[in-house]
Amino acid sequence: MATQLLRRPACQILSHVNPNPSSLLSLARAFSSAIAPIRATLFPGDGIGPEIAESVKQVFKAAEVPIEWEEHYVGDQIDPRTQSFLTWESLESVRRNGVGLKGPMATPIGKGHRSLNLTLRKELNLYANVRPCYSLPGYKTRYDDVNLITIRENTEGEYSGLEHQVVRGVVESLKIITRQASLRVAEYAFHYAKTHGRERVSAIHKANIMQKTDGLFLKCCREVAEKYPEITYEEVVIDNCCMMLVKNPALFDVLVMPNLYGDIISDLCAGLIGGLGLTPSINIGEEGIALAEAVHGSAPDIAGKNLANPTALLLSSVTMLRHLNLHDKADRIQNAILNTIAEGKYRTADLGGSSKTTDFTKAICDHL
Amino acid sequence: MATQLLRRRASQILSRQAYPNPSSPLSLARAFSCATTRIRATLFPGDGIGPEIADSVKQVFEEAEVPIEWEEHYVGDQIDPRTQSFLTWESLESVRRNGVGLKGPMATPIGKGHRSLNLTLRKELNLYANVRPCYSLPGYKTRYDDVNLITIRENTEGEYSGLEHQVVRGVVESLKIITRQASLRVAEYAFHYAKTHGRERVSAIHKANIMQKTDGLFLKCCREVAEKYPEITYEEVVIDNCCMMLVKNPALFDVLVMPNLYGDIISDLCAGLIGGLGLTPSCNIGEGGIALAEAVHGSAPDIAGKVSPQIYLRTSIEYLPFIFFYRAIHFVWIRNTCEKI
Repeated sequence: MATQLLRRPACQILSHVNPNPSSLLSLARAFSSAIAPIRATLFPGDGIGPEIAESVKQVFKAAEVPIEWEEHYVGDQIDPRTQSFLTWESLESVRRNGVGLKGPMATPIGKGHRSLNLTLRKELNLYANVRPCYSLPGYKTRYDDVNLITIRENTEGEYSGLEHQVVRGVVESLKIITRQASLRVAEYAFHYAKTHGRERVSAIHKANIMQKTDGLFLKCCREVAEKYPEITYEEVVIDNCCMMLVKNPALFDVLVMPNLYGDIISDLCAGLIGGLGLTPSINIGEEGIALAEAVHGSAPDIAGKNLANPTALLLSSVTMLRHLNLHDKADRIQNAILNTIAEGKYRTADLGGSSKTTDFTKAICDHL
Repeated sequence: MATQLLRRRASQILSRQAYPNPSSPLSLARAFSCATTRIRATLFPGDGIGPEIADSVKQVFEEAEVPIEWEEHYVGDQIDPRTQSFLTWESLESVRRNGVGLKGPMATPIGKGHRSLNLTLRKELNLYANVRPCYSLPGYKTRYDDVNLITIRENTEGEYSGLEHQVVRGVVESLKIITRQASLRVAEYAFHYAKTHGRERVSAIHKANIMQKTDGLFLKCCREVAEKYPEITYEEVVIDNCCMMLVKNPALFDVLVMPNLYGDIISDLCAGLIGGLGLTPSCNIGEGGIALAEAVHGSAPDIAGKVSPQIYLRTSIEYLPFIFFYRAIHFVWIRNTCEKI
């Protein structure tokens, strides 16, 4: 009885911030984050991965973030249960903890196994890829006023992988759009906009040409938009969107898109703010699972030399903290990162400076 | 006998120069006539601001003494049953006969039972490549000063085949079709264009790491054509990398060749880099050497009638006559290359 009484207001609280209020995971967390640390899975990855993961751990320790890391590495043997180099235990760890951070992973060349990213996406049912893109003060690009989020549907669309040869010289590829997946990503987009105080959601499409497929996507977005009357909803054609983004990116707030357009637009926005080395990214799965990741490569040429820029992984970990509703910690760390870059004294080589990874990390800790 | 000798010699001359279709009787006649007679070109002034800017083009061409004789055609207000569109059969025949045309902005009337005007032109004239030269205009400052690239987009198939259906309730499929024939055709044009315009590099834009068969076939065709042009550097760039590189450093690119959807996105992105659709030239290439240059901006009905060539306001409209002129000269040059031989 008492637990039921406790559970009801907890559900009410959680329904504000979690699309899945009945998840026992979030329930446990609401009552435990004040007391016990949150367990999170960490995949350091390859190449520069371990170094930048170390940076994240140091910064989190300095900021006293209540996170306990559970490290997992990619094996060099294929696990038959997952048909991949990722072991079943690693995947179970993410499912259990509900939150993870992934460094860059280089898929080994070979056959007979699935790519690592594909394995994670399929096994954890990661349906939305979220990339907050904002201009970093102090790192000058041609654009100073970028402040938008791209939310990309990550399971279907043009990337369904269903191709075949009709006759010699004629090939077909299927683009699949389903109501279920479109509703799911639209729900997440509006929910995100509401919880992060965003005012506008733009659905990107080419429904004037692909009337049924993108038309269905838009229909789902409109249905969800009706449930959020305080958020402005608009629809923008993909080619117009690209043109507007390069002319005036301040026009956009939250963008929600099917798979291919999302791939293109999210990389375009990464280019606007300075590249993949500065871009945070988080993948959202069913049951509130979140896997933040660095979207840049593993840079094997500078691995182990203390030259890597941990900004992307750090900003991704900040996104992870926001997903866990640790907003004050997230703000502190984000401000420390931005101030360090803005100051200009400690910058890694890719940003035009000459600092080492460890110096850069220490500067961020000092700014906390 | 004499005519046979003339014809053989003409074929030899033409096959050496910039023409993909040396046996076309059109180019043959022109090779021996363009020095003396004027070239006939079809002009569709279009709607809204169309007639005014078409007027500008005519004035500028007259001043520059360009040997073009315009044949004007207007979009009717009745559907022609032969074309199932507001464009009449005579208009289309005019373009086929002249081989070259200039089209102003056309607003497709809302309604059913007819094809869109652009679709009609594309299907009837078999316009397979859309070419957009994008270069920064000196004097019109944007964030980018060093843009100088051409986008060549395959315009007939790919994701825009229009073949969609509902599988079950709530599940819809769309077919993306790539054929060897169309891919070879646009790749041939791209490399040919690069060669005749002194361009050094052709980049094929794709997503073949994911769409291995479809974009893979497109790339295969591009590679085959690339082998015939060893002096031109050929590279392949994934679409998402391409977009990122374009916004960071557009000077990296020279000629881009792409399937339909990527071409749509990238060509509008590049238009944004240089200032918008109001400043972007565009030309559609069809079989048999047909070329239809066009304005890709809208008909701007709100300012129609207020723009006069004598009044140069500091807006993008100021540059429209310049762009029309440059664009028209661009394809007239192709036609007139025969004069120089």
